[in-house]
Amino acid sequence: MHEFLQQVFSGLAAGSVYASVALALVMIYRSTDLVNFAQGEMAMFSTYIAWTLVNAGLPFWGAFALTLAVSFAGGMLIERVIIRPVENAPVLAAVIVTIGLLLIVNSVAGWIYTYTVQDFPSPFPDRPLLHALITTRDLGVIAVTLIMLVLLFLFFRYTSTGLAMRAAAQNPTSARLCGIRVGHMLAIGWGLAAAIGATAGIMVAPVLFLDPNMMSGVLLYAFAGALLGGITSPVGAVVGGLIVGVTENLVGTYLIASQLKLTVALALIILVLVFKPNGLFGTAIVRRV
Amino acid sequence: MDKSSAAIARTPLGTERFGFATAGTGRWAFAILAIVIAAALPFALSKYHVFELTLVMIYAIAVLGLNILTGYNGQISLGHGGFFAAGAYTAAILMHRYGVPYWATLPAAGFVGFVLGVLFGLPALRFEGPYLALVTLAMALATPQLLKYFDTWTGGQQGINLVKPVPPAGLGLNQDRWLYLIALVALLLAIRVAANMLNGRTGRAWVAIRDHPIAAAAMGIDTARYKTLAFGTSTLFTAVAGALSAIAIGYVSPESYSLFLSISFLVGAAVGGISTIGGAIVGGFFIQFVPNFANDISDAAPWAIYGLAMLVCMYTMPHGVVGSIKPWLARLAQWTGAHRKRKDGGNSP
Amino acid sequence: MAPILQLHGLKAFYGQSEVVHGIDLAVEEGGMTVLLGANGAGKTTTLRAICGMVRVEGEIVFAGKRLERRATEDIAGLGVAHVPEGRGTFVGLTVEENLRLGGYTRLREAPTNIERMYGYFPILAQRRRQQGGALSGGEQQMLAIARALMMQPRLLVLDEPSFGLAPRVVEDIFKIVERIKKEERVSVLLVEQNANLALELADHAYLLETGYVVASGSAKALADDPQIRRAYLGY
Repeated sequence: MHEFLQQVFSGLAAGSVYASVALALVMIYRSTDLVNFAQGEMAMFSTYIAWTLVNAGLPFWGAFALTLAVSFAGGMLIERVIIRPVENAPVLAAVIVTIGLLLIVNSVAGWIYTYTVQDFPSPFPDRPLLHALITTRDLGVIAVTLIMLVLLFLFFRYTSTGLAMRAAAQNPTSARLCGIRVGHMLAIGWGLAAAIGATAGIMVAPVLFLDPNMMSGVLLYAFAGALLGGITSPVGAVVGGLIVGVTENLVGTYLIASQLKLTVALALIILVLVFKPNGLFGTAIVRRV
Repeated sequence: MDKSSAAIARTPLGTERFGFATAGTGRWAFAILAIVIAAALPFALSKYHVFELTLVMIYAIAVLGLNILTGYNGQISLGHGGFFAAGAYTAAILMHRYGVPYWATLPAAGFVGFVLGVLFGLPALRFEGPYLALVTLAMALATPQLLKYFDTWTGGQQGINLVKPVPPAGLGLNQDRWLYLIALVALLLAIRVAANMLNGRTGRAWVAIRDHPIAAAAMGIDTARYKTLAFGTSTLFTAVAGALSAIAIGYVSPESYSLFLSISFLVGAAVGGISTIGGAIVGGFFIQFVPNFANDISDAAPWAIYGLAMLVCMYTMPHGVVGSIKPWLARLAQWTGAHRKRKDGGNSP
Repeated sequence: MAPILQLHGLKAFYGQSEVVHGIDLAVEEGGMTVLLGANGAGKTTTLRAICGMVRVEGEIVFAGKRLERRATEDIAGLGVAHVPEGRGTFVGLTVEENLRLGGYTRLREAPTNIERMYGYFPILAQRRRQQGGALSGGEQQMLAIARALMMQPRLLVLDEPSFGLAPRVVEDIFKIVERIKKEERVSVLLVEQNANLALELADHAYLLETGYVVASGSAKALADDPQIRRAYLGY
C-alpha cells in the first residue's frame, strides 16, 4: 500500500509535467486547429536556455523567469514566421511544418549544445516527506504546476486579452467584427504555450537529465494525455496528463518495466478512448450538414 | 476508364486522375515514354544508383498506400511503417524459414497487409483526426518493440539475413538490374490498380466519405465498409512494398522500422501530393534522396536541413508537388482541347 | 448632411464569381438606409464587402476613409459595427462576456456601456451569466445588437435582424432599433427581406436584384411604388 501511494504521488509529479505540455497542446489546438508536434522540442530548447543562464551565474528563479520571457517571445515569433504561411493551407501541410520544426529545433539544439547528457539543477531539495510518501522535489513540481494553472485560469477568465483569446479561438469571424486582431491572439497563444512548455521542461530536466532528446517521451505522453482528457478541453488536458503520469508509473512498477512500458501505457489509454472516442471531457464535434 | 467519370471525380484539390490531365492519346504517349525511359535507366547508371532508384520505387508504392488512406479517404496514419515492417518480415520469415521463393512472398505479404489493415481499420472507425493519429502513432512505436519481443520468429534484435534473388539465366541482367525491374513492374501494377480503384466507384465513395461523410451515408454509401476497405487496401500496398524492400536489401531488423519511417512516409506523401497518384513517386524520391542530400550539406545538423526542406516544400506547394501542378495541367488540357476543337470544326484556325 | 458611407462602383466576388456588379450606394449620417431584395440578390455580400470579408473592386468610403483594403478588425476599430447574418454569438461564452467583447475597442467606457445595454435589453441583464448558446433566437439577436453598440459605432450594419424570428419578436426588435437610432445617434444600414417593416422605419432604400441596384430613393417613395409593392410588399 505504501509503495502504491508512493508511485501514485511520484506519478502525479510526472503527470504535472505531462499535464503542462498537454495544456500547451490543447491551447494551440483550440486556437489554430493544429497539433503542435514541435512543442516538446521547443520546451527542450527553452530548458537549454535556462541551463545556459544558470551556468552563467544567474540564480535559479531569475533564470527561470528570464527563460519564460524569452520562450514567450520565441513562441510568438514561431507562430508569426513559421506557422502563419500555412495558416490557410490544408491541415496536413501545417502538420508537416510542425514536424519539420521539430527536426530543426532538435538538430540545432544538438549542434549548439551537443548530445552529451547534462545535469540540470532543481530548485527543490530532494528530501522525503510524509513518511517517505512523496519527495520535496515532487511536491515542488506539483506546486509550480498548480501555480501556473491558477495564473492561467485567472488570465483567461478575468482579463480582456484572455477573453479576446478565448473569443478568437471559438469564433474568429465574430472576434474580428469586435475589433480583435485574431492573428495577434494566435501569436500570444503560441507564446503562452511555449512558456508553459518551458516550465514543464525546467521541472522535468533534473529527473530526466538534459539532452536534446529529453522531451520526446514527454511529448508522447502529453499528447496521449491531452487526447484522453479531450483535445478541446483544457481541464481535460490537465486531468489527462495526471492520469497518464500515474498510469505510466503504476504500469512500470507493477506490470512491465523498460521499453514495453510505453506500449502498454498507450494501449491502456487507447482502450479508454475506444469507449470515449472524444476523450473524457471532450465534446463530440457536432456537424451540421 | 470511362472519360465521363472525369467530370464527376472532381474534388477541391483538382481532378483525381493520374497526374497527366491531357486527354486521350497525349496521355498514353507520355506514359509509354516514361515507362520506356524508366526501363532503360538501369542500363545507363551505376549499380549504386540503380539500387537507389529501386528503393525510390519501393517507397513510392508504400507512399501510394498512404495516399489512398489519408489522401483519398481522409484517415490519417502515422503508423504505416508498421505495415511496411509486417510485409518485410512476412517475406523474410517465409524466405528464411520456409524456403518460399521471393516472388511468392509478394502476394503473401499483400494478403497479410490487407488482413492487418482490416483488423486495424475496424476499431479505427471510432477515431478521427488527432485521435486516429494517436492510435496509429502507438502502432508505429510498438512495432520495433514487438519485433524485438517475438524474437523466435523475427530473429529479435539481430534481424534476419536473406539471400538476394538471382536473376533468371539468359537475360543478361545483373542482380541490381533484375531487382530494379521487379520493383518497376510492381510499381506500374500498383499504379494501375490504384488508378482503377480511385477513378471508379470505390474511389468516389472514398472521396465522398472524406469530404462529406454525413451526406455520403445519407446517399446510401456504407461508410464503415468503405473506410475499412480503404485501410486494408492501403496497408496491402505498403506491405507489398515492405516485402520488396526486404528482398532488395537482403536484411530486416527492428531498427529499420522505427517511428521515423512512418513519419517519412507521411512527409513524402505530403510533399508529393497526398491526394494524387503521381505524388507517391515524388514522395519516393524525397524519402530516398533528401536525407542524404541533407547530410551532404551539413554534417553537424543534417536533420535541420531535412526539416527546412519540409518547410520550404509546404510553403511553396502546400498541396504537394503534383497537387500544385495538377490545376495547371488541367488548364493546359482545357486550352489544348479548346484549341483542337477550333481547328477541327471551326472556321478560324 | 454628408453621407457617412458611400459605395462607388462596388463589385464583390466569391472566388472567381462576381456577385455584386458595380453598385453605388450612400448612407446619410444619422439616417437609416435599408437594402431590400430577394434571396441571392447580393445584400449580405454587400455588407460583408463593407466589412472586408470578401474580395472587392471599386470604392468604399466611410467618414472620409477608404475601406477597401483594410482588415475586418481595423474596419471595426474605425467605427463600423456589423451584426452578421446568423447573429455570430459567442455561444460558449456568457452574455456578459459577449458584451465585454463588443466593448473590446472601448475598454474604458465598457462598464458604463454594459449598463446602458442592459437598459435597452432588460432580458439580457436577467441572463447575464448564461451561455450565449442557451438564449433564444430573439434574445441572441438582441445580444448581437447590444454587442455591436458596445463599440460606440458611427455606423451600425444590420444583416437580416428578423431572420428566423417570430413576428412579435421582430416587432420588438425593430422598436428597439428605432429607439437606438434616435438615442444613440448612430447611422444604420439595414438589410432586410421583411420589406414592410423595414420601409416603415427607414429613411432611404435601395432595391437589389441579382447584384444590381434596380431602384433607389426615399423609403416612402419605394413603399408607394406600385411595382415594388406588388413584387416585394405583397399587395
